[in-house]
Amino acid sequence: MDITTIVFWFLSALALFSAIMVITRKNPIFSVLWLIIVFFAISGHYLLLNAQFLAVVNIIVYAGAIMVLFLFVLMMMNLENLPVVNKNIWMKFLGVISGGLLLCILVSTSKSAADMNLKTIIMKEGNIGLIENLGKVLFTKYALPFEISSILFLSAMVGAVVIGKKES
Amino acid sequence: MPVSYYIILASALFCIGVAGVLTRRNAIIVFMCIELMLNAVNLLLVAFSKMQNIATPPGSVSVGGSDAQIFVFFIMVVAAAEVSVGLAIIVMMYRNVHSIDINFLNRLKN
Repeated sequence: MDITTIVFWFLSALALFSAIMVITRKNPIFSVLWLIIVFFAISGHYLLLNAQFLAVVNIIVYAGAIMVLFLFVLMMMNLENLPVVNKNIWMKFLGVISGGLLLCILVSTSKSAADMNLKTIIMKEGNIGLIENLGKVLFTKYALPFEISSILFLSAMVGAVVIGKKES
Repeated sequence: MPVSYYIILASALFCIGVAGVLTRRNAIIVFMCIELMLNAVNLLLVAFSKMQNIATPPGSVSVGGSDAQIFVFFIMVVAAAEVSVGLAIIVMMYRNVHSIDINFLNRLKN
């Protein structure tokens, strides 16, 4: 059992445990903090797959920007004295059951695929995930989607400002 | 590492996200579960970009596969835009209804 396998199992267990903690915590602040741990575990997986650019971007964008935005919004709201609605235990039960059934279907489908045993994942080698190669591809082959995504960002920014504005 | 390990891991993360969306009533947590599902898909895309046949000799490194990682990059871009607009909508709903419970939000009119 080499170090890569150990790191893989550790990161997988960490990601799954933290994901379960995200959906079971009562306090939304703790959910946000556990979700940050999930994102760090997924970034570790990216590093294991030698996709360093995506690992860094995942930490900066998700754990750095998006989660801070979530925390900011949560702390702006006063969640202490919210009206408590009646909790339907059957809805929770059915939600968990349907999630588990979806997992069973996905796993059994992937297990029954014919050439699944012939494929393997190359760990810790290959240079397609380095920033040099990805930058070349991004600015030559995918230059048009890159520019379109900047327009998307502009419209999202304008939309957030327009929606968040107080109506007088 | 066999590819089925990554498929099972990403499927498990995705299904935890689905179960969270179905069980939690807090709009922000529902939103976070959607982010979790997006990340599961990203992980699977990166894993598939490094996939190759067992029969291939280990010395030959494949050159393809950067398309998948560019795709993950664009998914992150769209997720960031989505989060900014979605959180603005949630803040506005909290300002109007004084709650972020999605049971109260089933009637969007008045």
